[in-house]
Amino acid sequence: MKKLSVKTIVAIGIGAALFFVLGRFVAIPSPVPNTNISIQYGLLAFIAAVFGPVAGALAGLIGHFFIDFSYGWGVWWSWVIASAVFGCLMGVATMRLKIDEGEFGTKGIITFNVGQAIAHLISWVVVAPVLDILMFQEPANKVFLQGVTGAIINIITTAIVGTLVCLAYSKAIPKKGSLKEEN
Amino acid sequence: MNNLFNYIEKESPIHGLTGATKLVCLLLWSLAAMTTYDTRLLLVLAVLGIALFPIGRIGVKDVSFMLWFTLVFLVLNTVLVYLFSPQHGTEVYGTCTYLFGLSGHFAPTAEQLFFQLNYILKYFATIPFVLLFVCTTNPSEFAASLNKIGVSYSVSYSVALALRYIPDIQKQYHEISQASQARGVELSKKASLVSRLKSASAILVPLILSSMDRIEIISNAMELRCFGKNKKRTWYMAQKFKALDYVSMIVCALLLVASITLTHINGSRFYNPFK
Amino acid sequence: MNDVIIEFNDLGFQYRAQAKPTLYNINLKVRKGEKILIAGPSGCGKSTMASLINGLIPISYKGEITGSLLIKGKESREMSMFDISHIVGTVLQDSDAQFVGMTVAEDLAFALENDCIPQDNMKNRVKEVAEILNLGSVLRHAPSELSGGQKQRVSVGGVMASDVELFLFDEPLANLDPKTGKQAIELIDELQKRTGAAVIIIEHRLEDVLHRPVDRIVLMNEGRIVSDTTPDELLASENLANCGVREPLYLTALKYAGVDIKAEMHPASLDELTLSEADKSKIRAFFEQNNKVKEKADSEELLTVRDLSFTYEKTNKKTLEDIAASIQKGEMVAVVGTNGAGKSTFSKVVCGMEKEDSGEILFNGEDFRNLSIKERAEHVGYVMQNPNQMISKVMIFDEVAMGLRLRGVPEDEVKTRVEKALEICGLYKMRNWPISALSYGQKKRVTICSILVLEPELMILDEPTAGQDYRNYTRIMEFLKSLNDRGITIVMITHDMHLMLEYADRSIVFNGGRIIADKSCAKVLTDTDIVDKASLKETSLYHLAGLCGISDGTAFVQGFIDYERENVRK
Repeated sequence: MKKLSVKTIVAIGIGAALFFVLGRFVAIPSPVPNTNISIQYGLLAFIAAVFGPVAGALAGLIGHFFIDFSYGWGVWWSWVIASAVFGCLMGVATMRLKIDEGEFGTKGIITFNVGQAIAHLISWVVVAPVLDILMFQEPANKVFLQGVTGAIINIITTAIVGTLVCLAYSKAIPKKGSLKEEN
Repeated sequence: MNNLFNYIEKESPIHGLTGATKLVCLLLWSLAAMTTYDTRLLLVLAVLGIALFPIGRIGVKDVSFMLWFTLVFLVLNTVLVYLFSPQHGTEVYGTCTYLFGLSGHFAPTAEQLFFQLNYILKYFATIPFVLLFVCTTNPSEFAASLNKIGVSYSVSYSVALALRYIPDIQKQYHEISQASQARGVELSKKASLVSRLKSASAILVPLILSSMDRIEIISNAMELRCFGKNKKRTWYMAQKFKALDYVSMIVCALLLVASITLTHINGSRFYNPFK
Repeated sequence: MNDVIIEFNDLGFQYRAQAKPTLYNINLKVRKGEKILIAGPSGCGKSTMASLINGLIPISYKGEITGSLLIKGKESREMSMFDISHIVGTVLQDSDAQFVGMTVAEDLAFALENDCIPQDNMKNRVKEVAEILNLGSVLRHAPSELSGGQKQRVSVGGVMASDVELFLFDEPLANLDPKTGKQAIELIDELQKRTGAAVIIIEHRLEDVLHRPVDRIVLMNEGRIVSDTTPDELLASENLANCGVREPLYLTALKYAGVDIKAEMHPASLDELTLSEADKSKIRAFFEQNNKVKEKADSEELLTVRDLSFTYEKTNKKTLEDIAASIQKGEMVAVVGTNGAGKSTFSKVVCGMEKEDSGEILFNGEDFRNLSIKERAEHVGYVMQNPNQMISKVMIFDEVAMGLRLRGVPEDEVKTRVEKALEICGLYKMRNWPISALSYGQKKRVTICSILVLEPELMILDEPTAGQDYRNYTRIMEFLKSLNDRGITIVMITHDMHLMLEYADRSIVFNGGRIIADKSCAKVLTDTDIVDKASLKETSLYHLAGLCGISDGTAFVQGFIDYERENVRK
């Protein structure tokens, strides 16, 4: 494996910390009673898009591991791994975007969202349930339904939160241009 | 100390083990519990796990919050399994013994109840051990331990950084969210889902953008102090292995071996009393 | 020749993304054991100098270097950052970001870990360093448990551990209160005496750095070195004023009194300052002229709190106890005190971000306690210290409109109100710009504008000028003053003594969750006991008064303030 740059290492650490804080302490009530919507996947998609698949995978892995760890309900490896897979796929899907150079136009938004939708589907409808069945022999219909629900919610949140964050970040990068004062 | 993960500083044989040992044991133990569905082994693991608590001088009171959480989660999952697949036990064990003279899709069968008992046992086989790990492992030692068991030091340090900056980011999130609330951002149920998500972004954008600055400054600070200079690095918090470390690892390794052997003897991961 | 550590020869530098060079023709030598201050306004290139010296340029920041920079005789471009970091130890401005270890001990050991020093040696070295910096008792503490001063000492320790020959301090005072800043300057001085290393301090707060002597001051402006001379020579010249760097306050007072400042008078230090009898009598005459007792007209109470108490849930610590205070309509008040004294908690409770245990909050005579955080925001606006933490939209107009839109105000009304607010804030012409195109000071203005648009009667600002140079400071404060003149009451949480003296009508001093003083800034800044408890410093004006035989130092300070408000800033 190529040596990671210090910046990537720090991005993984801070990305994981953000993932943890958003996943653990930020609760947005969802229409379904007693369930909350997690917005951390919007963040993870952003980290992956800016810092690449390795950063995405590791930030997801570490962040999700810490969430499980802090709840003390045992580390749910199947879902932890699925988060890592999502980060990795997202990083691969957005390889050609240059958000950190300030480019995130319509084409970028489409790539980002198609990428995130596919990555979520693979992670939650394939990886997580299959691992659940392998590890815990859980009933297939239960885990697939959980997976599909999770995927849909995550796709919606990533589409809104992730896209907005990417837009704001790409705009925040100073670009030379002629700014005129208006009267 | 950083008490996010409920680390409880005490003197005990378990606290005395190195972080690396505990991490290896956690992995071996989880793997053992994961592979098997053999009731007997699960029972052994559950009892052993609980028995370790007094040795680690951790009481129920110390973990009550986390335990409560887990139990709710467990009950929810058990109910879900039954609702979705009341016949799962029959599929697994190959027989169908209706109880209480009932029959039909949702009627209880001995196999289903036994499966669900195993399901619950499986939780009890892993959770006490994880809780114990959480309470007895100093987060500072965590990164050094990862490096010791073969994870590259770069990735290990990412873990350390995450642990270091979680409290800072949490505080920052809280401040930003209060200021946004004053301006009218609401995450409560009154608004529609989409507008709630947009509101969340109003908090997230400043948080993430300032985190990007933070990433830049921290990586400069680390490079200025020679991070990444050598192929290896030493750790201030690393500890040397002692006899008890080796013993613990061997015991956990044996548990994994037992788990695999049992699966082999049973011919499946399940212990089947119905045949 | 051997003892030259840093040598700039006709160096120029241009960042890759910039259209113009940031540095031009820099020539500078730093020898072993020297102590040098590099001063200049924001954007003068002093931080770029720091990045060149510690190797961040060209390794982390790309750009084009012309001329040469030798570090111990070697061309820096041919050295790795690791080579450089064994010679130059950098203490960054942001001590939270530099603190990468989970505990003090781990952070002190960080560089040693990276150098693969065996654990036993490492533990001894950490112990030694901790001993020197007085950190022995907090070795196992996490950064969140430390004060700002302690964190900075950890940063110093972290570079000290690897025996460097040059210490580079990048704005060491930016995040510290006056008292801690004074201690930091003393620490740097001791550090240099103990290690014999060279020291470069990059700062724009001249008076605070000169608390301990420096050998030379390098003054920079617009990418060039304007002067490189002794502090006494520099202070006797006009260069500081031309570059927009603030001179020590006692010198300002001397100038107001008509005293001509010459290098022979040793103006760099108040302790060594020699004043002739003629000079002293000029100052006394200035004092007599300006010592008028002014009657203050009483006005209506806007905000009143009584018996307010608050306990912080997580730690179960009482952070506010029996607070009673009132803010009058049209006032400009400073709230001061150490970190954790309760001043931020106080403003949060007033804004409804935290819920009080007991006590009353009256606004305009009406009970404020039943209003939500959002409702209170229409009366009391809260502006955070760092504008980057408040900005969430791309365009200026949208950012300012956000609060109104979230309140469901119709779009045409939004437009008129936003435009009016932008007009007041001097941002109207830029209304369609992206916020990213703005400077820090302008961003601050946007955040103030986005609160102003909700038309609050009272604004609370957390550290409105932290980390700003004199020019920006003046712009932000004059802007606040203009808002105040429009009738908006302003409360500023601050450590900045200049701000207190120049702009605040009154100071409320917090200590340990209680209010220990509520009086004029001149009285607060000349009261040794309060100054100490609030982690401030006595103003140098007070000592100047003593030096000139004026017994009522407080009145002298008040006279200075009044003179400045009436004559200097119309």
